[in-house]
Amino acid sequence: MKNCEYQQIDPQALPTPTPTPPPHHGNDTEKKKEPRRPRRKWEVFPGKNRFYCNGRIIVARQSGVLPLTLGLILVTSGLFFIFDCPFLVKHLTSCIPVIGGVLFVFVLITLLQTSFTDPGILPRATPDEAADIEKQIDNTGNTSYRPPPRTKEVLINQQVVKLKYCFTCKMFRPPRTSHCSLCDNCVERFDHHCPWVGNCVGKRNYRFFYTFIVSLSFLTAFIFGCVTTHLALRAQGGKGLVFALQESPGSAVELVICFFSVWSILGLSGFHTYLVASNLTTNEDIKGSWSGKSGEDVTNPYSHKNIFINCCSVLCAPMPPSLIDRRGFLPADESAQTGSADIELPTLAAKSEINVCTQGTKGLLESAALSPLLSTSCPQGKPQNAHSCPETSPALNSDPTSEFSKGCRGNHTSSSHDDTSRPRHTKARSKKCRREALHIPNPAFDVPVSPTSPDAAPDSKARSHKGGSLTPLH
Amino acid sequence: MAETHSLQDMRQQAAITAKVFIQRDYSSGTMCQFQTKFPSELENRIDKQQFEETVRALNNMYAEAEKLGSQSYIEGCLACLTAYTVFLCMETHYEKVLKKIAKYIQEQNDKIYAPRGLLLTDPIERGLRVVEITIFEDRSLTR
Repeated sequence: MKNCEYQQIDPQALPTPTPTPPPHHGNDTEKKKEPRRPRRKWEVFPGKNRFYCNGRIIVARQSGVLPLTLGLILVTSGLFFIFDCPFLVKHLTSCIPVIGGVLFVFVLITLLQTSFTDPGILPRATPDEAADIEKQIDNTGNTSYRPPPRTKEVLINQQVVKLKYCFTCKMFRPPRTSHCSLCDNCVERFDHHCPWVGNCVGKRNYRFFYTFIVSLSFLTAFIFGCVTTHLALRAQGGKGLVFALQESPGSAVELVICFFSVWSILGLSGFHTYLVASNLTTNEDIKGSWSGKSGEDVTNPYSHKNIFINCCSVLCAPMPPSLIDRRGFLPADESAQTGSADIELPTLAAKSEINVCTQGTKGLLESAALSPLLSTSCPQGKPQNAHSCPETSPALNSDPTSEFSKGCRGNHTSSSHDDTSRPRHTKARSKKCRREALHIPNPAFDVPVSPTSPDAAPDSKARSHKGGSLTPLH
Repeated sequence: MAETHSLQDMRQQAAITAKVFIQRDYSSGTMCQFQTKFPSELENRIDKQQFEETVRALNNMYAEAEKLGSQSYIEGCLACLTAYTVFLCMETHYEKVLKKIAKYIQEQNDKIYAPRGLLLTDPIERGLRVVEITIFEDRSLTR
């Protein structure tokens, strides 16, 4: 083994060092020399997401009907507290607003968490990784004109699972991962893209989503019950329902909203409870991956065969970390490799870099993050135009998506090395993508307006959810 | 401090010969595990045994991070009762183990891999997809 050669090298004695500008030091001289302020990773994130509060909050580019969801919840709850609570407190018990308040807060918090949390986005492969995988694929492929196979088979718990190659993210998707066309990201344990919360539901935010719909069903049922009781009490003594409604018009609105929502939301909660108990995702259930429709004896390889353990593993498992490191700084090494390094390394920086290096690359980024350099907080609504090749298949994706991804593939391959650097390259890429996209039909623009409701469970209740919840708007 | 110099040197000065990627091993499901197969590019650089030991240690730590035990259940239930707001204040179990892993990798780099002209990259920086091993130019041959 060769050693000692490396330990005795004196950094000053070596020929021209590769200019690697450090992310930053909090040192004023460095700041003045550096033409651009150090950028965080969210600013160059290639997916279709929006970031707020300097990368702390992440939402999908298309917020879907999240404002509507929020509006409905706030309006209904507001009307409940204004019109129904005073009467019910007087005639029944003061627990009612308390319970209502707790449920309302729960619903709101879990909704915001579902919407603003990274669902489990997988960062795209680095150029080196992508090249390595391409090399492996080419080695195993044949020499005929037919393109080499882009699937890999693995054996999980005695079950054969096919892993597909994602052309956009340039990697073989892990099991249960799917590429969301609306967000243009691969999401781990992809459940569905929910327009109601304006975000994908995946590994990291499924528990928030589940808690949201369960508490929302409780809240809706509770408000529905209270309003009915309220109107019934008012209509007592032969006064009639019309009189009661005239006295409390807000209750009429609540009644309509709750009546139409409660069935669909209860249905959705029931469906997701079934999914949780059998450790399935909506995506798998709809595609029938483990239902054995092909006649083979297939079982869900991820299920623990025990309802309690399944529930615990989905809802109570340790919270996985976000893999995209939104607030990390762009590493200096990668900027140098992509040729964007345009400053010389001052000797002062070399010295401090020695101290910083001991912590490793991640530590470098963390220590950089602690520096008081950074600029704006909450640059509101900064949209990311990085890879605006609009994936045009509807939200229930993967298979149609890969077809469209292929169309954009050439474009992505040529500029993939720019992922972590320049806005200039980003804009050029997005222009190229837009030109290609023009040739692709675009049904996706209908999606936010009349959501195809990726929540669409195979039963009719969810369909009425879509139809029913829109009815009060008329 | 000598090791520190060598790490920094390698990142800045030494030429990168190749990068090897240790892919994920999905045979036990979606748990984060890496393949222990010894890549051929490392044959003349490091012991197969040493390499396998490193990867196995990493696998064990990731398994510990994702373990479904009574502690994680209690944490999960508590979090649910507080509408998951505890995640905003507390460091999760997974994050604690990730820190441990980062320290382990750095230690392995310092003691074993840097002297052989290799550098392990923490998988978390690659989205837990691969363990990237950078092979640096063998300076002892050029001197």
